[in-house]
Amino acid sequence: MRSRAGWTSSRTTRHLIFPPVDQALGPMLEVDGLRTSFRTPRGVVRAVDGVSLGLDRGRTLGIVGETGSGKTMLARSIMGLLPAGGRDRLGVERSGTVRFAGHDLTGLPPAQLRQVWGTQIAMVFQDPMTALNPVVRVGRQITESLRLRMGMGRSDAKETALALLSSVGIADPGRHLRSYPHELSGGMRQRVMIAIAIACGPRLLLADEPTTGLDVTIQAQILDLLADLQRERSMAMVLVTHDLGVVAGRADETAVMYAGRIVEQAATAELFAHPLMPYSQALLAAIPRLADAAGTRPKPIPGRPPDLASLAPGCRFAPRCPYARERCREADPPLVEAGSGHRFACWYPLSLEDADTPASDLGDSQGEA
Amino acid sequence: MEGSQPAGTPNQPVGTPTGIRNQPAGTGTEGGNGKEILRVEHLVVEYGPRRRRVHAVSDVSFLMAEGETLGLVGESGSGKSTTGRAIAHVQPPTSGHVYFDGIDLGGLSTGRLRRARTQIQMVFQDPISSLNPRRRVRDIVAEPLAIWNTGTAAQRAQRAAAMLEAVGIDPVTVGQRRPQQLSGGQCQRVSIARALMLEPRLLVCDEPVSALDVSVQAQILNLLADLKEQHGFTMLFIAHDLAVVKSISDRVAVMYLGKLCELAPADTLYDAPLHPYTAALISSVPSPDPERGPRTPLAGRTAGMAGTGPVAAALANEVPSPLHPPSGCRFRTRCAYAATLCAREEPPMRQLAPDHFVACHFPLAH
Amino acid sequence: MGESRRPLGALFWVCLAFIVLVILAAALANFLPIPSPTAQDYAAINTGPSLHHLLGTDDLGRDLLSRIIFGARVSLVIGFGSIAIGLLIGGTLGLLAGFRGGATDAVINAGSFVILAFPPLLAIVVIVAFWGRSLWKLTLIIGIAAIPQLFRVIRASTMSYANRDFITAARAMGASTRRIIVRELLPNVAPSAISFALVGVAVVIVLEGSLAFLGLSVSLPTPSWGNIIFEGASNNNLQLNPFIALWPALAMFLLLTSLNIVGDRLREHFDVREGGL
Ligand SMILES: Nc1ncnc2c1ncn2[C@@H]1O[C@H](COP(=O)(O)OP(=O)(O)OP(=O)(O)O)[C@@H](O)[C@H]1O
Ligand SMILES: Nc1ncnc2c1ncn2[C@@H]1O[C@H](COP(=O)(O)OP(=O)(O)O)[C@@H](O)[C@H]1O
Ligand code: SF4
Ligand code: SF4
Ligand SMILES: [Mg+2]
Ligand SMILES: [Mg+2]
Repeated sequence: MRSRAGWTSSRTTRHLIFPPVDQALGPMLEVDGLRTSFRTPRGVVRAVDGVSLGLDRGRTLGIVGETGSGKTMLARSIMGLLPAGGRDRLGVERSGTVRFAGHDLTGLPPAQLRQVWGTQIAMVFQDPMTALNPVVRVGRQITESLRLRMGMGRSDAKETALALLSSVGIADPGRHLRSYPHELSGGMRQRVMIAIAIACGPRLLLADEPTTGLDVTIQAQILDLLADLQRERSMAMVLVTHDLGVVAGRADETAVMYAGRIVEQAATAELFAHPLMPYSQALLAAIPRLADAAGTRPKPIPGRPPDLASLAPGCRFAPRCPYARERCREADPPLVEAGSGHRFACWYPLSLEDADTPASDLGDSQGEA
Repeated sequence: MEGSQPAGTPNQPVGTPTGIRNQPAGTGTEGGNGKEILRVEHLVVEYGPRRRRVHAVSDVSFLMAEGETLGLVGESGSGKSTTGRAIAHVQPPTSGHVYFDGIDLGGLSTGRLRRARTQIQMVFQDPISSLNPRRRVRDIVAEPLAIWNTGTAAQRAQRAAAMLEAVGIDPVTVGQRRPQQLSGGQCQRVSIARALMLEPRLLVCDEPVSALDVSVQAQILNLLADLKEQHGFTMLFIAHDLAVVKSISDRVAVMYLGKLCELAPADTLYDAPLHPYTAALISSVPSPDPERGPRTPLAGRTAGMAGTGPVAAALANEVPSPLHPPSGCRFRTRCAYAATLCAREEPPMRQLAPDHFVACHFPLAH
Repeated sequence: MGESRRPLGALFWVCLAFIVLVILAAALANFLPIPSPTAQDYAAINTGPSLHHLLGTDDLGRDLLSRIIFGARVSLVIGFGSIAIGLLIGGTLGLLAGFRGGATDAVINAGSFVILAFPPLLAIVVIVAFWGRSLWKLTLIIGIAAIPQLFRVIRASTMSYANRDFITAARAMGASTRRIIVRELLPNVAPSAISFALVGVAVVIVLEGSLAFLGLSVSLPTPSWGNIIFEGASNNNLQLNPFIALWPALAMFLLLTSLNIVGDRLREHFDVREGGL
């Protein structure tokens, strides 16, 4: 199955060997047919339902979608960091493959996966207040992983932590090492989260709504910071957000998620200029824009996303889609490519000339390629 | 009436936007009819004991014309909510006056204030905490009438059902649920229905869509605009999202650290901001417009605005603590144009165009 | 959509049934076909359970079942009565202080500290010793001692709701303070308050037992559970006839457990699951 060349045996544990960044061939991240479902009393909730994507090093992939579309679960599934079963949850299941720098992560035992977390793949969480430990000083939270993962000594780790805090733009890092999370402002907490995430020099950063809940000015700072760090370290980044504006300026490519699936993916400018899937178009029309004249009303998407525990056959967007026809309610449109990496899942994609022409021919022929 | 003062008192505050009475307050849109409904004069709200006093709102003055929508934007902690709460008199001002329809709310007795206050209703940010978790939706919406003993229980229920219908909630099925069984958007609809039951003349919306998902946000914005057309109330719309505020407001006011920076018709404010803070805020907004292209880090680009590069860079600092606001201009610690005068003297609110007010020593030139 | 409330469960109903049974028996004791609790049957001294005396008799030939039922009266009146007093006064003050905050809160809170400053058991011992130990005096004294505890719990719970926006909305609609407290706050505070109060009843019943051992519960020969256990444990009775102490101890144990379970289940049942969008 796995080529043995990627493994060495040390006396205690076996280590994964990752090629240095410059030598890595092929995409940094390849996700194929990833599915994550929760067994709940209401039925099986397919939070991620067959997602495939690729990401090259140093590139940014934006993931957008309404709440509950599975953005967070996709990021966590890629990392292999799934929630444990709770009172109302009977179990979590994941299938499909996630290849990182050529290694399949899905089959790794937990001990080896933990080695990958932090050092190779790191995550910035949606809510820094719950992701940081409230009773541990910021300094300890940063040095902990340095000492654990990188085997640094106490003073080395402290020095690195100081450097990290100033690299994420925290003034007076010495004082803030000794602060508790609640003593920091929201923007500073998110900077600390980022410092922790990049501490061990990961090559893939999964940022789950890193700026949600922050002021625009702070949001701009955090996004600039992420972009700078990414450039310096040629990190690949998955930027999850519900704010299309965030993705527009920052992501090379953008994927739109709906009900656990990627329904459209393209170069960001292309996607925003020429969405092919009606849902992407509706999402773009629903946000108020600064460029519009005052008093311009946003166009809401009617209805609500479907219940993931009881999905009807056919296109998942059909109940809300203004272009839906018979075929949409019968068969699920596959994700097909329309050339130049523009992928979409729709039987009747919009095109610039005529939004009503069925373009299924285009879809079918491209789909076989 | 006790405490009532004629509008346009001689002690007209310096820099109070006075132009409203003579001109349409809005800019062509549904706008106002020009009649003053709300006058806020030298409003000050402070929290906490003397040594740790938070200067949440410091000397804010403005007017609202009947029927207009005034947007209020600013970063978190700038005092937007406090201003809204002081106007609705659920938070008594430390000093200053709020005249509603010419009557000083602060001068009213408790009983009269209770009655007068019903003309001003609020919608809040957090959909969950703004509804009593123990009561059913139909009771929540009928409660305002129950408080004032309007009609019989059956009549109240009927009016509540009609109002629920009007905000797009099915009074039969959803009406008998409790708030935790609703989605965030449904909760906000119920909040709006409750607020409109007393037929208020001023609706203070404190970040009503901030906690909602994009598509639901558009639904609620449209609902508010529709209801406003039907009922003809005046609206103070508080939000931190500049694009949301622009889409719904006739005029927009910008707050920073408890002070009003700029007030102008929406289009004017966004196209030609005069205050460096307004310009910085606008340039920080990530734009989903492909024609604007990706924003280069630390150099905000906004169509048709010159010299915004240093402005965006200046916002690298964080907001100073409202416990110890900077001397002079409160924005000076983050302002790219700050001069010695700015630290020494507080810039007064000035009227630089017929309906454009700005508090800055060195307003931007266009 | 159904309501997502936690079911109460069979155990809850069993426990509730037991509590109701004890209350009914105590209330209707005069009409039950049992001998007087002080009547001595010299033919049956220290007998075990029999057809004539279902739970047996004590060293003075008094019917134990009757004594336990009449004793339940005292224990229940002191338990529920004192907590009712505490709840009425402490609860009202707690709602007021929690809602008003500021000076009102500071004054009431300071008052609660004054009561708390006296070690409760010692204070009760001293007061009872000087003032007397009739049933209503005991109930009143313990009730006053319970005020600060109930006040603090209800104040804390009120405060967690007082700053929510639905309260602000009610004020903006012109609701009076009384209406806000009764209509908006009380329904939210009540479940946890009732649950805490039931545990409080259990604590007071135990307290009555302790006072009996100090000879400070209601005067003998009036039976209370504490008095009976005390008598059953003195004069070598524990060796001669362990049933005297065993029955009331068992009754007390079952009642305490029931009170705790009922309180706990009620709180869980009415617990609003927040954030379930
Ligand atoms: N632990 C869980 N148990 C059961 N279902 C879950 C669990 N976590 C998530 N889900 C479901 O999976 C779906 C996707 O959730 P996810 O958190 O990934 O959405 P999201 O796109 O990140 O939304 P948001 O924008 O609100 O963060 C939702 O329908 C959610 O209800
Ligand atoms: N109840 C309160 N007690 C103490 N300080 C408060 C209170 N409410 C608001 N503040 C403070 O007042 C300032 C303004 O707050 P707010 O009006 O809520 O701002 P905004 O709505 O613009 O975010 C902030 O510094 C905030 O911390
Ligand atoms: S497949 Fe049909 S229903 Fe689905 S998005 Fe396309 S047109 Fe709409
Ligand atoms: S007054 Fe001075 S510091 Fe304040 S905004 Fe104007 S230029 Fe900047
Ligand atoms: Mg998420
Ligand atoms: Mg606010």
